Amino acid sequence: MSKLYPGATGNWEAVIGLEVHAQVISESKLFSGSATAFGAEPNTQVSFVCSAQPGMLPVINQECVRQAVRTGLAMGCQINLRSVFDRKNYFYADLPQGYQISQFKDPIVGEGIVNIELEDGSNKDIGVERLHLEQDAGKSMHDQHPTMTYVDLNRSGVALMEIVSKPEMSTPEEAAEYFKKIRSLVRYAGTCDGNMDQGSMRADVNVSVRRPGEELGTRTETKNVNSIRYVMQVVESEIRRQIDVIEDGGRINQETRLFEVATGTTRTMRSKEEAHDYRYFPDPDLLPLEFSQQFVDDLAKDMPELSDAKKKRFISDLHITPYNAGVLVAEKESADYFEALLSATVEKSEKPTSELGSLVSNWVTGDLFGALNKLGIGITSSPVSISHAAELLSLQIDGTISGRIAKEVFENMLESGKSPEIIVEEKGLKQVSDTGEIEAMIDEILANNVDKVEEYRGGKSKLFGFFVGQVMQKTQGKANPQVVNQLLKPKLDD
Amino acid sequence: MRDLTKLTLSAARDALHKKDISAAELTEAHLRAIDDASELNAYIEVTADKAMDMAVGADKMINAGNAHGMTGIPIGIKDLYCTKGVHSQSSSHILDGFKPEYESTVTSNLWADGAVMLGKTNQDEFAMGSSNENSHYGPVKNPWRADKKNGDLSDKNTVPGGSSGGSAAAVAADTSIAATGTDTGGSIRQPASFTGLVGLKPTYGRCSRWGMIAFASSLDQAGPLTKTVRDAAIMMESMAGYDPKDSTSTNIPVPNYEAALTGDIRGLKVGIPREYRVDGMPNGIETLWSQGIDWLKDAGAEIIDISLPHTKYALPTYYIVAPAECSSNLARYDGVKYGLRVNGDSLDDMYKKTRAAGFGDEVKRRILIGTYVLSAGYYDAYYLKAQRVRTLIANDFKLAYEKCDVILTPTAPSAAFNLGEKVSDPLSMYLNDVFTVPASLAGLPGISVPAGLNSQGLPLGLQLIGQAFGEEQLLAVADVLECAAGFKAKPKKWWGDKS
Repeated sequence: MSKLYPGATGNWEAVIGLEVHAQVISESKLFSGSATAFGAEPNTQVSFVCSAQPGMLPVINQECVRQAVRTGLAMGCQINLRSVFDRKNYFYADLPQGYQISQFKDPIVGEGIVNIELEDGSNKDIGVERLHLEQDAGKSMHDQHPTMTYVDLNRSGVALMEIVSKPEMSTPEEAAEYFKKIRSLVRYAGTCDGNMDQGSMRADVNVSVRRPGEELGTRTETKNVNSIRYVMQVVESEIRRQIDVIEDGGRINQETRLFEVATGTTRTMRSKEEAHDYRYFPDPDLLPLEFSQQFVDDLAKDMPELSDAKKKRFISDLHITPYNAGVLVAEKESADYFEALLSATVEKSEKPTSELGSLVSNWVTGDLFGALNKLGIGITSSPVSISHAAELLSLQIDGTISGRIAKEVFENMLESGKSPEIIVEEKGLKQVSDTGEIEAMIDEILANNVDKVEEYRGGKSKLFGFFVGQVMQKTQGKANPQVVNQLLKPKLDD
Repeated sequence: MRDLTKLTLSAARDALHKKDISAAELTEAHLRAIDDASELNAYIEVTADKAMDMAVGADKMINAGNAHGMTGIPIGIKDLYCTKGVHSQSSSHILDGFKPEYESTVTSNLWADGAVMLGKTNQDEFAMGSSNENSHYGPVKNPWRADKKNGDLSDKNTVPGGSSGGSAAAVAADTSIAATGTDTGGSIRQPASFTGLVGLKPTYGRCSRWGMIAFASSLDQAGPLTKTVRDAAIMMESMAGYDPKDSTSTNIPVPNYEAALTGDIRGLKVGIPREYRVDGMPNGIETLWSQGIDWLKDAGAEIIDISLPHTKYALPTYYIVAPAECSSNLARYDGVKYGLRVNGDSLDDMYKKTRAAGFGDEVKRRILIGTYVLSAGYYDAYYLKAQRVRTLIANDFKLAYEKCDVILTPTAPSAAFNLGEKVSDPLSMYLNDVFTVPASLAGLPGISVPAGLNSQGLPLGLQLIGQAFGEEQLLAVADVLECAAGFKAKPKKWWGDKS
């Protein structure tokens, strides 16, 4: 049952589909040997082919083909052993060929399913319609000269994957979660870096509304939305706008819209009447793209573990809570950090992996993420190295310091960057586990608090904590709480 | 001193290898002939200095014992080929001033073998035309003129055919030993027929298209225009080859084509397609075709009647497929990056003004046709249907080759016509390609061999169509046909120094 949106005349439901454009990670462009690095000086990564010099011909980059297949496999999609490159014809100054080489009728990747998890813990399958390879265009710069437009062709010909969903989402949250999931999948598969601020990933958002259960309404397409938050804003504002237009007696035009960040709403870019006739036809410069099932199988064999599988493994093998596992696998870097830390901690503490998963995951998702959030930085720029973190956790595991002291040491590590062993040493934070020393302390405390001892023995068992606290105070928190418990209990119960 | 410009390629090669002549003197002789024949308008640009440098280099190769078949042979290069730092505009105004930073694969192959570039030859703009009247640089005049009734030479100019008309005229007038052409629907074979030359279009994929300014990518092929079949074999071997930069080129080794000219075609089956007997074909052509059949029969070949039932659809199919591809291929000429730009009030206005000024009428006509047939709502009825018919045409040939080895037809339905005669009637112009287009659509090799003169003394060619990558057999039959026809006629000189 999809979510309903109340209007003045009754309830509506929304139908949402996403076309995600993801830039392929590859050394060179889709049909030429030019480099693809981001941020190079304008027009320094341009070959004769990607500037459309007369007589130049495209040659498919096999690595881009492999990346598209890997992405298809990551989404559980049908891989098409034969696909065709078509020309999409239109004129624009940053499209030097006068056409974009894309795949229209026969894409390299067919249908698949992506599972998303929603905030209430429920799951939903979203269908993937297809994935096809295409060239990016160059960049027009309108702000360099009062009357002229400058063109940078560095991006011209860079390989993009267009991943088209089925219209199976019905809320802004689902659209956002789907977009996030696609981003996570391509990043795990190593096929797109997902850097939206560098233009490596963007979405065209299709939205329509209808009365529950009725035929599909007319959709609008909002182009080039480049953040997860903006996708939600586009969906929200389009649903609202479309309901208002229809309820006011108007009609939705099938059109292309633009998102305006300042207002968080969309506006008309071009109507259906102004839409291009792209005159798609098979590119006669390229043969159909054909490969064997063996080629696909070999790529499948070498696929890295993806987030869903990783999460399952974390829960079943490492005994991590589903919540923590979900948090850890959401970003590939978090999962990588966690796994590296876990194995470093196993090595240092010589305890089995299965015993440490829970502790390490709690520390990463709690202490570390909390600190990084406060600092406003991501896991890849964490000021605490894996080896220092493993040292800290091992000190806790072998009883050198207590959990409370560990937090204190961690604070210090963030500030000083020093190793936890040095901090513990310098500050004398080693836990006291010497039973003789602690026993003497307990005896002294019991002797000084005869009244409390009486009350405890009279049934006020809560006072046990008071005595523990006294010991901790005396040792400035360094007494091993387990040892304190073991010694205190028999003395009080006597 | 003998006139070095009268040498065939093979004779020049032999003389060069024996050091009877030098590449430098051979080149000088041709440069003088080019000067003398400037009124033919066969060359757009003469690269005399470059030619002499290359000739000196060729002589060094020969002296060092590194001579190939093409070493020291001065040739013309169709303007459509990109030649580094040299005029390469496919005879279009829209590429004004364009000089590529790269060398086409085919010309690179020729230069690597020591061939000498005399200059860039005129052509129909973007290879669109059958008379070489569609060039921004003006029409090319065919060295051949008709005889008047009294035996005098007419003062009317004829067309050299097209689109490789400049290359054809250059060779026919002995201003180059051979020349490169390109053939999309007949652009090598038809001019060869009009100028008394041999013109070979190899199998699609035999030569690299890299660096050839595209007209219709699925049809364009490079090939030579030469004085003899042997010359064509020598030059083809140098031009051909697999090129990883052209995804449509085929990775098959290039054979020694000249070695295939054994003179022996006994037992070979020659197919005669009944559908090529078209209404209104001049008697002279009909007669010549029959004669060709007899010549091959006399040489021991078996003549077999065959049917290519979809032949009548070839021309309409071609005039959908080729314009469709050209409408897209020529989109890059937009005034933004190179060549002509006519400024406008907006980007769209600049496009309109640039393309209106830069393209000639025939190119515009084909861009319009191509845009139309690819448009939404028309694609299935035109482009898709044309592709299906193309498959049927290819299949016709496949079935025919179960019965025969090569096919003999006329090259063109007429001899060279007068300059200006058909320029305002595009449909009758398109009919020039009626016999050459089917092989183009099927990707098959075809060769035009000069076989006789018509009643007005103008040359006529016969076409042989071979099987895919069957150039050796094709050349072998062409060699026998050439020998039997004994075509030795030369155009009577009416241009330049008549002494």
